[in-house]
Amino acid sequence: MTEVPPDMSITIEPTVRVETRRQPLPPRDRLDRVFHIDDLAAIYGTKPAIKGVTMDVYKNLVTAIIGPSGCGKSTYIRCLNRMNDLIPGFTQTGTIRYHGQDITSSDVDPVAVRRHIGMVFQRPNPFPKSIYDNVAWGAKVLGMKQNMDERVEKALTQAALWDEVKDRLKSSALALSGGQQQRLCIARAIAVEPDVVLMDEPASALDPIATQAIEQLMHELKSEYTFVIVTHNMQQAARVADMTAFFSISKGGEGQRWGELVEYDATEKIFTAPSDKRTEDYVTGRFG
Amino acid sequence: MASHGITRADMAAVNLPRRRVVNRLMEGFTALAAVIGVALLVIIVWSVAKRGAHALNFDLLTKTPVPFAIGPVKQGLANAFAGSLVLVGLATLMTVPVGILIAVYLVEYARPSVRSGVSLVLDVLNGIPAIVVAIFVYGLFVVGHGQSGWAGAFALACLMLPLMTRSTMEVLLLVPNSLREASLGLGVPRWRTILSIVLPQTIGGITTGAVLAIARVAGETAPLLFTSSLVGTHVSWTPTHALQSIPVAIYELSESPDPADHARAWAAATVLLIFILLTSLAGRWIATRSRRRISTSR
Repeated sequence: MTEVPPDMSITIEPTVRVETRRQPLPPRDRLDRVFHIDDLAAIYGTKPAIKGVTMDVYKNLVTAIIGPSGCGKSTYIRCLNRMNDLIPGFTQTGTIRYHGQDITSSDVDPVAVRRHIGMVFQRPNPFPKSIYDNVAWGAKVLGMKQNMDERVEKALTQAALWDEVKDRLKSSALALSGGQQQRLCIARAIAVEPDVVLMDEPASALDPIATQAIEQLMHELKSEYTFVIVTHNMQQAARVADMTAFFSISKGGEGQRWGELVEYDATEKIFTAPSDKRTEDYVTGRFG
Repeated sequence: MASHGITRADMAAVNLPRRRVVNRLMEGFTALAAVIGVALLVIIVWSVAKRGAHALNFDLLTKTPVPFAIGPVKQGLANAFAGSLVLVGLATLMTVPVGILIAVYLVEYARPSVRSGVSLVLDVLNGIPAIVVAIFVYGLFVVGHGQSGWAGAFALACLMLPLMTRSTMEVLLLVPNSLREASLGLGVPRWRTILSIVLPQTIGGITTGAVLAIARVAGETAPLLFTSSLVGTHVSWTPTHALQSIPVAIYELSESPDPADHARAWAAATVLLIFILLTSLAGRWIATRSRRRISTSR
């Protein structure tokens, strides 16, 4: 065992290193806004989940949402395609403008919203159907019936799964491994040609190799889609995201806790020169 | 000087031998209760089968009753078997779609408060005595119109509906929410999600519910006494007039002074028991199979 010299001071280095091969981001005013979220609050019954979230999501970028458990990351991303409508007692205030249109208003059909804003969930949830039907079913139901074989092949190729399953398209999707199932879910989501793909911790149930495959495909597909990804894995955000939003938990009177947006900036800035102390504590591993 | 571990004094204090005896007694009583339950079924089946076996033959199923027959006349209860088929079949056709629709509403659409309220109502409906249902249907359909197979089938359907709905609800609740979200997340409408994703998962469970409900009402006598019991001796398949049924035939034959009629009643009871046992087993078999399917798709 080597002794640590007593004079050597211990410095806390950032635990997350940002990869440098990414393209520098153009100035924000030259980016297209997909979402313009203004003062969003989400409440379950009487319990607030998030409050006062204001941010823009830009086209053809990967936007990561990071933060400690219970900070409302999942609630937030599920607001973006009205997935929370399904939860009894859920209410929200504020506006979410999607290409200028407020999708939170009650006369907007949530089915139409989800048609354009697809979602990949934390745990792989393929339909108990064949691999082919998993990808084709949504498109078929939504009336995209032409050239189905090409559509399925394209989606599976984009999801980096085609080579592994092309010889057994008719076999059950439930026989695939977890990582393959999750890529199948991504293929299913992009087969209906959405504009935005929301990903709620898509790799949290997967091993590192499957995680890498999914990060790689996000990187390749962002020229066609806009991704918003929730992750509790900071390294993952640093690897895949162009923009990163850090959410934290705020505490109020009577033991109330809710999530709020602390800082939202280019990923590089968030991880190397955060402007808020809480962000710095979180990304350097001092908290959370 | 706190002592650690179990000391000899501790052991003496808790009186372990007495605990062991009490435990054994408890186990013995509960096991005895289970034996009583099984024994009841065995005794009933055995005593019915023993008395019915010698009258159980092909004529019972194919021949009709001969009124005022003296001596060994070949006769059977074909009219009752045909009538029971029609009555239970019609009741099933009335119950299954309505039961599924109620269950889909409660599980997929209704607010939790509405769901628990309606579930309670269904449980109360399930507890209503069959004879009360019979009187209700008698007042509703039979008074002024006369008895009919329709009225009898409707009375049976009233008894089947809560069973059907509750069992369908249970399998719908087994379908993981992540499957619904997967479909809704694609922008598929809710009704389409229910029809194409949720319900196909539950077909096995729904079939089980229907089969068990059929087994439950196939032997019901009371609802048919007031609604479909004034019958002739010929085989009839038309529900516009009263139809004979196995339970009512058993009841009527048991009142007869002729020992041959009693034998036929026992034989009919045997057939009914076999039918109920077989349908219950089939229901259980389908249930285990489909439950395995749902759990692997989670």
